[in-house]
Amino acid sequence: MTLLAAVPSADEPGPSCYSRLVNDWFCPAYLVDRRQELLDATWQHLWISVVAVLAGVLIAFPLALLARRSARLEAAVVGTATGLYTIPSLALFPLLVPFTGISATTVVVGLALYCLTILVRAMLQGLRSVPDDVTEAATGLGYAPTRLLFRVELPLALPVIMAGLRVATVSTVALTTVGALVANGGLGNLIADGVFSNFRAELLAACVLCVLLAVLLDLVVVGLQRVATPWTRRAESG
Amino acid sequence: MDQAGGIRVNVLGNAFGYLADPANWTGPEGIWALLAQQLLISVTALGLALLLGLPVALWLGHLGRGGFLAINISNVGRAIPTYALLALLVIADWPGTATFGPYGRAGLATLIALAAFALPPIITHAYVAVREVPEEVRESARGMGMSGRQLFTRVELPLALPLVATGIRLALVQVWATATIAALVAGPGLGRVITDGFANTDYGKGVAGAIVVAAVALVLEAGGSLLQRWADPLEGTAPSSP
Repeated sequence: MTLLAAVPSADEPGPSCYSRLVNDWFCPAYLVDRRQELLDATWQHLWISVVAVLAGVLIAFPLALLARRSARLEAAVVGTATGLYTIPSLALFPLLVPFTGISATTVVVGLALYCLTILVRAMLQGLRSVPDDVTEAATGLGYAPTRLLFRVELPLALPVIMAGLRVATVSTVALTTVGALVANGGLGNLIADGVFSNFRAELLAACVLCVLLAVLLDLVVVGLQRVATPWTRRAESG
Repeated sequence: MDQAGGIRVNVLGNAFGYLADPANWTGPEGIWALLAQQLLISVTALGLALLLGLPVALWLGHLGRGGFLAINISNVGRAIPTYALLALLVIADWPGTATFGPYGRAGLATLIALAAFALPPIITHAYVAVREVPEEVRESARGMGMSGRQLFTRVELPLALPLVATGIRLALVQVWATATIAALVAGPGLGRVITDGFANTDYGKGVAGAIVVAAVALVLEAGGSLLQRWADPLEGTAPSSP
């Protein structure tokens, strides 16, 4: 059999590069033959990450607004968030299982909690970075609190918040792989299978796709930031 | 709804039952042994990362060069899942799953993956710590006739130390947390209790392992903070992330 692998001929194909005998790291035939499996895993990875980040943003925003009302509230919120962030993902998912079961929900909830902690801090930091004279001037111009928040404070805080969103997005994509523990880790499932069955082509493909997905989503966030803060670009070029 | 509630109570009950049984804590595969193994591997990996990263990062901070690299290396590191890196190392011909001293099966692969994980944040933190020394302080030190080396060892290093210490404390907690993942490739540490439990649908055991891992992480975080506050009372409210 090793002879066959060593002398591949054009007419009679030897064992495919992802057969157990060859087990190449890089194998185009694998990518073609298992296209559907790879696409399914990437899709699950993508939606778990995106839903977790969006849920994190939606929960973090009101929490940050609440926390900045008083120093004690802020200490409580930031303290709880730091404590949550300290819990390893491999421990957090099991701790959620009694409530959400062996499901994608467990992974989404766990990752959303991690995002939450990064985002609440970034939002507080961003809102704090708005100069006092700016808010005072806006108040003097007759801006009501809500309008002040959405028209003045949030736009100015946006660069810091978006930096936090980038960190949250990239680390969420990476952590989604650990969801393999509860059989819902997107590309992490393929990594787990690759380790379990010593399948190099599958393992490398899943790892590379995972990093690509992180880079891609990071670029999307950067793009969003550029669209949302056109004035920063004008300042750069001017 | 009732059924789900019943399962929930069962899993948590089983978890506490597992923790309450002293037999699960002792022996070569007991919780204490695995906990010690994971602490050992976390500290070793952190030590390796410090040895490799700290001198370079501090010196770059002194020179004020390589800032783009020092800061962006953290972002790159974050995109690479430690689980993926560990899986690649374990399946590769070297280091593979070979047992490595007290670090157990796949010990070397775990050490390399964890050190690689800890390196970027340590570099970024140390670089930023040195750069944050105020320019006036630097200038007055030069005005007093200090050489570059004296400036580095007598002024920049002492002033940067609290922030460097914060970085190391954060890194230790993160390395401990990440070391749990070694169990996903049947490696060393407490994560094994979790993965064993899940592999055998003994969710009580899995949750029990998770409780111990989370508790140790919280103890490390709180202990590190207290230790740092005790060593340097002024640095109680340092910014915790770069």
